[in-house]
Amino acid sequence: MTGKNRENYNKNYIAYVNSFDPPTQHFKNCFRAFLVGGFICCIGQFIRIVYEKVFGLYGDELAGLVSVTLIFLGTLLTGLGVYDRIGRYAGAGSIVPITGFANSVCSPAIEFKTEGLVYGLAAKMFVVAGPIIVYGVLAGTAVGLIYLFL
Amino acid sequence: MQTIFFNNKPKIVATGTIAGPKESAGVVGRYVDKTLTDDMYGETTYEKAECKMLSYAIAQAIQNAGLTEQDVDLLISGDLLNQIISASFAARDFDFPFLGVYGACSTMAESMAVGAAFVNAGYHKKVVAATGSHFSSAERQYRYPLELGTTRPPQSQWTVTGAGGVLIADMGASNGYPAITAATFGRVVDYGITDVNNMGAAMAPACMDVLLNHLRDTGRKARDYDLIVTGDLGALGSRILKDLTWEKGVDIQPNHVDCGEIVYNVIEDEFQGGSGAGCSALVFNAYIMDKIKKRELNRVLFVATGALLSTVSSGQGESIPCIAHAVVIENEV
Repeated sequence: MTGKNRENYNKNYIAYVNSFDPPTQHFKNCFRAFLVGGFICCIGQFIRIVYEKVFGLYGDELAGLVSVTLIFLGTLLTGLGVYDRIGRYAGAGSIVPITGFANSVCSPAIEFKTEGLVYGLAAKMFVVAGPIIVYGVLAGTAVGLIYLFL
Repeated sequence: MQTIFFNNKPKIVATGTIAGPKESAGVVGRYVDKTLTDDMYGETTYEKAECKMLSYAIAQAIQNAGLTEQDVDLLISGDLLNQIISASFAARDFDFPFLGVYGACSTMAESMAVGAAFVNAGYHKKVVAATGSHFSSAERQYRYPLELGTTRPPQSQWTVTGAGGVLIADMGASNGYPAITAATFGRVVDYGITDVNNMGAAMAPACMDVLLNHLRDTGRKARDYDLIVTGDLGALGSRILKDLTWEKGVDIQPNHVDCGEIVYNVIEDEFQGGSGAGCSALVFNAYIMDKIKKRELNRVLFVATGALLSTVSSGQGESIPCIAHAVVIENEV
């Protein structure tokens, strides 16, 4: 079987295989993501209040420190091998917050440590987060330009 | 004619197997030579652990046969890592020649068939065929870092941590051992599947192809076999294989079992079951071979399947070419 026949045959086969796809449980996934994602944000808010009331911080300093704390927690939980378990349950709920970004930087760093501190850990650190940074900056620039001309 | 017949009946004298913690909890746990509680196997990296497991399986197969290293003429082995490092690094520990093969997850059947051919032809008296895989090293090479908080799609399979080896020897007229009587080398088949998380669907057509060719060449029916064991199609892939063969007029439903489908007690995210070179190596050499040796099964067709992709090919949007090799193991009755 060659050419057009093969193509059609493959198309049929792929359609047949796709018919086995277990349906994605949107509601359950969204609910879990909402629950865990919301909980992470609550922790963030709690930290913010503590920094504000106890240490008297405000403005950019406060926002920065809250982010740093969350990044630290995300990294710590990744190192302890807990974050991937949370992620398995929560899906987008633990990927989207800043802790998920910390996880995506930290996990390849742990993984590739065996190939050395320079070519392993440091070089591979951004394999997952790299695209987010590149396209994040690009999207930011595009939006910025639109904003400039509006 | 795709099938070759081994008239001098090379025998499977012994097997050696080792299983990781998750695998030991499953069906093979009672049959393996060694069960691990630590998937690092006392090593510093997963790659080293994989290599050590493979070394163990090779050494154990030799030992179980009551032989020493000096008796072995050749090692045929391969694995999933780039440049088959586990196999060649394991071969470094042994004092006999090494032939590296790669057939992804079909490596067990491939190396057995090649080994049997050498023994049958009389070039070698004793050959070890072995392979293995490790969940963490495979995951790192093919997918994401272990600690990354991603979800696994429900079509996916879990790479088996384990290794298995067989010692194939020319035992002359003695018939106390199961013999490898025929082998069918498969063609590379590609039905256009691009989803790297759905290996079962990608590999099922290759498996069907070699199975039908084998039955045609030997003039046998599926029911002539006590068992048809496929490598690592998983639950979904097995279902597809049954459909595909049924469509071609062959019914394998009553006597088909898939190593990937039975290897785990699915409790975590194994979903469709096990995969990887170690999957068929472990289940076949530990569990199925035990049944053959006890003569509960007397004629078994072992079809290991492999997906011949790399991260580069899938990154470039290529579909997944697959292969399967079939080996017949028989007790003389």
